[in-house]
Amino acid sequence: MSKYPTIGESLRHQGISRRDFLKFCTAVASIMALPAAMIPKIAEALEGTPKQSAIWLSFQECTGCTESLTRSHAPTLEGLILDLISLDYHHTLQAAAGTAAESAREAAMQGNKGNYLVIVDGSIPLGNLGYSTIAGISNVDMLKEVVAGAKAVVAVGTCAAYGGIPHAAPNPTGAVSVESLITDKPIINIPGCPPIPMVIAGVVAHFVTFGQLPHLDSLKRPLSFFGQTIHDRCYRRPFYDKGLFAESFDDEGAKQGWCLYKLGCKGPVTYNACATTKWNDGVSFPIESGHGCLGCSEPDFWDAGSFYKPLAVPISGVIKATTGYALAAGAAVGVASGAINRLKRYQARQDHETVTITDLERNPK
Amino acid sequence: MNYIEFLLWVRGPAFQIAIAVLVFGISFRLLEILLLGRSPEYAAPRGSAVWGGFRTLLTRTLSEESIFRRAPLVIIAGYVFHLGLFIVILLLVPHILVFKDLLGFSWSGLPTPLIDAIAVITLLALFILLINRIKHPVLRFLSTSADYFAWVITFLPLLTGYMAYHHMVNPYPFILGLHILSVEILMIFFPFTKLMHAFTLVIARWYNGANAGHKGVQA
Amino acid sequence: MSVATFERGYNAFKEQIDAPIASFFSSCVRCGICAEACLFFTETGDPKYTPIYKLEPLRKVWEQEYTLLGKFKALFGLTSKLTDAELAEWKELVYNGCTLCGRCSMVCPVGNDLVYMIRRAREGMVAAGHAPEGLINASKRAITTGSPMGIKLPALQAQINHVEKDTGLKIPVDEVGAEYLVLLSSMEIINFPEYLEAIAKIMQQVGKTWTIASAAFEATNSGIQIGAADIAKELVNRVVTAAEKLQVKTVISPECGHAYTAIRWEGPNLIGRPFTFEVKHILEVLDEFREQGQLKTLGFESARLTFHDPCQLVRRGGVVEQPRHLLKMVASNFVEMSDHGKMNWCCGGGGGHSAIEEAHEIRTQVFQRKKNQLEELQVEKLVTACANCRIVMEEGLESYEMQLPIVGLTEMLAKHLATSNENN
Repeated sequence: MSKYPTIGESLRHQGISRRDFLKFCTAVASIMALPAAMIPKIAEALEGTPKQSAIWLSFQECTGCTESLTRSHAPTLEGLILDLISLDYHHTLQAAAGTAAESAREAAMQGNKGNYLVIVDGSIPLGNLGYSTIAGISNVDMLKEVVAGAKAVVAVGTCAAYGGIPHAAPNPTGAVSVESLITDKPIINIPGCPPIPMVIAGVVAHFVTFGQLPHLDSLKRPLSFFGQTIHDRCYRRPFYDKGLFAESFDDEGAKQGWCLYKLGCKGPVTYNACATTKWNDGVSFPIESGHGCLGCSEPDFWDAGSFYKPLAVPISGVIKATTGYALAAGAAVGVASGAINRLKRYQARQDHETVTITDLERNPK
Repeated sequence: MNYIEFLLWVRGPAFQIAIAVLVFGISFRLLEILLLGRSPEYAAPRGSAVWGGFRTLLTRTLSEESIFRRAPLVIIAGYVFHLGLFIVILLLVPHILVFKDLLGFSWSGLPTPLIDAIAVITLLALFILLINRIKHPVLRFLSTSADYFAWVITFLPLLTGYMAYHHMVNPYPFILGLHILSVEILMIFFPFTKLMHAFTLVIARWYNGANAGHKGVQA
Repeated sequence: MSVATFERGYNAFKEQIDAPIASFFSSCVRCGICAEACLFFTETGDPKYTPIYKLEPLRKVWEQEYTLLGKFKALFGLTSKLTDAELAEWKELVYNGCTLCGRCSMVCPVGNDLVYMIRRAREGMVAAGHAPEGLINASKRAITTGSPMGIKLPALQAQINHVEKDTGLKIPVDEVGAEYLVLLSSMEIINFPEYLEAIAKIMQQVGKTWTIASAAFEATNSGIQIGAADIAKELVNRVVTAAEKLQVKTVISPECGHAYTAIRWEGPNLIGRPFTFEVKHILEVLDEFREQGQLKTLGFESARLTFHDPCQLVRRGGVVEQPRHLLKMVASNFVEMSDHGKMNWCCGGGGGHSAIEEAHEIRTQVFQRKKNQLEELQVEKLVTACANCRIVMEEGLESYEMQLPIVGLTEMLAKHLATSNENN
């Protein structure tokens, strides 16, 4: 561990003043949604904490997660992460390639055994291990090998968190999430397609500052960012309550900025911070740009029916056909039962013995 | 199964099962009833059976005044909960969207807070009717477990819908899923319980009205 | 010699079930509203008199024999088969606890025609041997002597002679080609001969031809009351044969509720073909005479009076306005009861109830309803158009020590008839 400088040392080495360091700590506190009173404690903690070794594994992914992180809006954010951690292995970002790259990973694993952080993006194919390999090592093997000595795992993006798009039906590669393979290490999921960069930064900062993972929800997501739904915090929510909805993407309602529920917005069932943190330097988020939420930070979002069908609507598949068959089957059973009933009553009427006054009693007198 | 998988299941396969059972049950039970037929009517009519049938179909919706005075609670609470159910089911926007998807046409809804208030009133009316069923000598005497079961499966969709709207259970998709599931339970049992009266009362009122109309009586 | 058996009863239930009954049972939501319409419940407060509960045996047969769901339930032991003991228990509810008044059928929110079902349930009860003794004996007398009260032709002949002597008018018997065939109820022959007298006078005034049939003078149909279509059919057939033989245009049902239902509405269905003649209640006929200006009256009853609607005439028969038109001709102080017309309350003795001796006590108890209605109005006279209602109400009034004369409407009209002598 001693091979890494403390964060304080590292920042001073870059010529960062005490004043700038405190500004940095403020930024960390704010993205972790901590009160200002915590800033001195963060400063104290970061001053003496060595940079955190991190290994970034990319499996079946599109690099969107990394793109998201590197395009983070706060000018300090990307730097912030790189100031907090020592990113010892990352396909896309590292200069080294081939054997050198793999050696860096192995070195980090050896040198920080039990203390390094594993960040994963992309899902892991189990259908055929050959579907995705790195340096001849299958994704699942690499994940298990690297995670064995890790302190915690951060699954970044919906693919790593829940399987994501590769996992979508019919899931040709047998893609699975990190948490379905790793059961003996702390895991934090930061889903999103892509995830919000500030959330990645916040979680990493939290981990580095406090040495542990933040509070998580039932899907292992940090509650501070995933505690409320998009719908709960959406600026268009009042229109939902008033019953004012855009009916198409170019009608008057859409121009007036009314609720996009009828156009398929999945905001009500999507936990994420888009509506508050927004994207691109706080410029906007999908709903603000006029498109409903896709629900990308929830498991199976790709299989939850059309993006453009309202949430209330059943995920159709073959509803019309099923209903048709059921109607036909019901009619057939009804006609059959009706025929049997009529036959039975006909028989009863055939069996009718005329009631005369001599047989009104059980024991005629 | 996490809550999202649960929500996807109730919105997907479970809904398909429910609507299939509902449609199957309604069609087979209606046919089973109608195919029993009736004997020909030879008595010379004084009035029109057909008009009598349609007349009673409509007029029986209103209560006879002398009966209303004898059982105001059941009748008022009955109206309130039936109207409440119709409004909540048919005029809440998310519900309309389901009908639009299934039927291909739609209508406009009411503001959600208004529906919310109506749902509360409907829940109260149903609750009052349950208490009345337990307390009233006739209703207690007549009621079987099937009656209480029908009450429960009618009450639950309203209750879960109310709880979902107010985020009373977290996470929201879970309570939304429970709401949809409770509706599916209702759909599945609908044709096989007294809830079927929603359809068969059309036949019953028609026959009653036709019997009376034939005799020139306005039933 | 055949006897009634449970199996015959069960078979009869199976014969009766049709689409209306299936729709009624499917629709019941156990709301209890029908109880509020039934005077057996309102006057006793006993929930077992709830109309739909009286149909439990029929419901069981429907569910188990004619629904797939019921068959499944039976398969899993969720329902119990109908037993003879249950029928024995329900005998009291189906006969002693119901007058077939049909008030429940008017109020059921889902539209169940409950009395339609009770009438049919009685078919099963009869075939199973669970009919009340009083009705069994009445049916036997009706078949063997021609009248449920055992009145034979000589008794009628004696009354005819009596009336002829009193009025000086001829009572036509078995006259072929008469326009009207007049039926009588036993009670009218025995207790209210005024009716026959009134008919004779009115027919004289309007100048119509009429006759009584010696082979079918009795209108009361015990078969309808006990619930035995076979017996009812035989009794209806006597009238049909006589009417066709005498070539009458119209058969007049007397002042009797069930007689009207029996001949007017059930009759053609019992014999399985439409009649070749018309059937009208005497009040319908009188109202026609009034409309045509043939019926002329003089003077008014000054007493404050009200009209008791016989259930089978209004609710189950459709004769609602006619008595009111006729009353207006002769009554200057006519008031309506709180529930009248199609929503009237039964006298408490319809549907054969008055023939069930052991039901006397409950009959008196439920008469309270009529008693209260009458007390509310403070009338001096009660008019009705059913001899059975009249007898039952007379008994009821006596039980409660009330003094109130009851008259038949036809008889009251006849009293005010502007006779040809007076016209001259």
